[in-house]
Amino acid sequence: MFNFTIRRLILTIPTLLFISFVIFLIVKLSPSDPTGNLPLTIPAEVREQIREALGVNQPLIVQYLKWLQQFFWIEPLIYLENATGWDLGAGDATRLISYQTRSPVMDLIMQRMPQTLWVVGTAYVVGILIALPIGVISAYKQYSVFDQVGTFVSMVGFSVPPFFSGVVVIVLFSVIIPSDSFFWLPSIYDTTHRVTDWDSFVYQFRQMIMPVMVLALQITAQISRFTRASMLDNLNQDYVRTARAKGLRERTVVLLHVLRNSMIPVVTVIALGIPSIFGGAIITEQVFKVNGLGQLLILSIQGGDVPTVQTLTFIFAILIVLFNLIADILYGLLDPRIRYD
Amino acid sequence: MPRGDLSDQSADLSALQPVLDVQNLKTVFKTRSGEVHAVNSVSFDVKPGELLGVVGESGSGKSVTMMSLIGLLPSPPADVKDGRVIFDGVDLLKADAKTLRSVRGGKIGFVFQDPMTSLNPVFTVGFQIAEPLRKHMGLGKRAARARSVELLELVGIPDAARRLSDYPHQFSGGMRQRVMIAIALACDPKVLIADEPTTALDVTIQAQILELIKDLRQKLGMAIIWITHDLGVIAGIADRVVVMYGGQIVEQAPVKELFGNPQHPYTRALLETIPSVRGPREDKLNVIEGQPPIMGAAPTACPFRARCSFRHDRCDRENPVRRTVGPGHDAACFHEFSHGA
Repeated sequence: MFNFTIRRLILTIPTLLFISFVIFLIVKLSPSDPTGNLPLTIPAEVREQIREALGVNQPLIVQYLKWLQQFFWIEPLIYLENATGWDLGAGDATRLISYQTRSPVMDLIMQRMPQTLWVVGTAYVVGILIALPIGVISAYKQYSVFDQVGTFVSMVGFSVPPFFSGVVVIVLFSVIIPSDSFFWLPSIYDTTHRVTDWDSFVYQFRQMIMPVMVLALQITAQISRFTRASMLDNLNQDYVRTARAKGLRERTVVLLHVLRNSMIPVVTVIALGIPSIFGGAIITEQVFKVNGLGQLLILSIQGGDVPTVQTLTFIFAILIVLFNLIADILYGLLDPRIRYD
Repeated sequence: MPRGDLSDQSADLSALQPVLDVQNLKTVFKTRSGEVHAVNSVSFDVKPGELLGVVGESGSGKSVTMMSLIGLLPSPPADVKDGRVIFDGVDLLKADAKTLRSVRGGKIGFVFQDPMTSLNPVFTVGFQIAEPLRKHMGLGKRAARARSVELLELVGIPDAARRLSDYPHQFSGGMRQRVMIAIALACDPKVLIADEPTTALDVTIQAQILELIKDLRQKLGMAIIWITHDLGVIAGIADRVVVMYGGQIVEQAPVKELFGNPQHPYTRALLETIPSVRGPREDKLNVIEGQPPIMGAAPTACPFRARCSFRHDRCDRENPVRRTVGPGHDAACFHEFSHGA
């Protein structure tokens, strides 16, 4: 298993390099101008100087290599210097600068990470916690009323996109319900809000409810369906009959023998879904004005902010590759029949 | 086939009180396309230390009968409608879930057909053997382990202590079936129900398992119900045989009597299907023409009549009940065969 992990980790290097190059090319080939969002009164020669200063006139391969150097060498070095106080000589090096804001891309990402992790991460955890019991019960009581209702809700969760369900809950909880009511919820997520005491915590909790609800509906729908299918596969297996023939309690049979087997594919799916937490729920963040990573990506695309788009996309790619590896390792840990060495 | 050395010990079996007494068992499955009467008024008993063979084609109700006794059939669709199953002075059909659980795996052990799928793939063999020990005998971790080693040695698995921490996929089919037998024997059951335990194994392994069962039976002295469609196996190990057809018992006799003097046309037909290795080679194998019936309702006529060469008018009007045709021998047929034919 250890050798397998090392081998796979080494293999991720060429994979990621290839991905970064493809991302770079795609972003570069799109016909967008970094000065396009600047006021029209700026004369053409000044624009040209700005372009020159941003380095967009250099050959593509030079730009790519510079980006690689900045992403893999200078940025980590600077974060290391800031964390430890050492002087590693990265102080004057040019950092990855956003075209739009002229501030370092990594700082932008670090600023927006917490909002995304809080909202989307909470939704993921809530979704899983709701989905697992629903999946187990609907499989065990297949075609019962509970199962039918669960199937219906899952179908709704699957098929209603968040830009619709988000607006529906906003209309319900922010518009129809009067703002002095206990059930009223704020439709805009205030990221400047700091939790200092009980009241501010309650406010934070309330402003998280709607985005988390919308996202959790989707996640619950997916994972509960998946758990149900996996449980159903296992409930009819011969080893379940053996477990019953041993005189074990029904609880033990289902929650130990069946669930342990059913969780193998489910855990893999959950692990593969984690990068999407970081990726941010782009649309949901937009609907509730959560200024997370998803929103940053959209704004950067709109503004032709190549370094930011490229860096964000590449970070998502790293996470996806990494969690694929983690899913594989988890699979091997959970299922004794799978050994990679 | 030789009867082995068990014949003398089974001579006085008829005088003993049965350890398991089944009366009028009826099991109905409710499916979308109507009811299926899988077990129709089955009555039989097993004496302590006796090996009762149960033979019949696929779908004759052998397995369903045994699973009904102990509440192992999923309900719905199965419904054990009627009858009594007296074990240890208790009617198992009326017993509560707790009593049933204490009987299952505790006093009645089960071995199933396919050892490849009957063990849970994600738990070690040691865990799976220890489960009934801890559940029924209240053994602690260490005591359960010691007993597990003992059991694995009993069923002839070399290097038992080390193999406890292996997973089922690390065992061969025959070895897995030995593990299943060890699990079934874990709590010194009074009755061992073996549901086609050798069907999924190749012939040499089959012979080993048969030898093992014979051996264990002498050592431990429990009663065994051996379900099979292999008459050769039955001839080799059984004391008494029950022949099932269409969800009912059509003939019941001591093994020698059954093979020497079959009194039901079905039994006769079954015996004729066995190709003989002596005498002139036959061009075609004997078969019983037609298919076994699927009982949509409780039978009102002989279930075998469509395939029977001794059919009377009476067979269409009445379902024959078993009548005594010899010492310890009864058959459910209106036709009188001359003795010793």
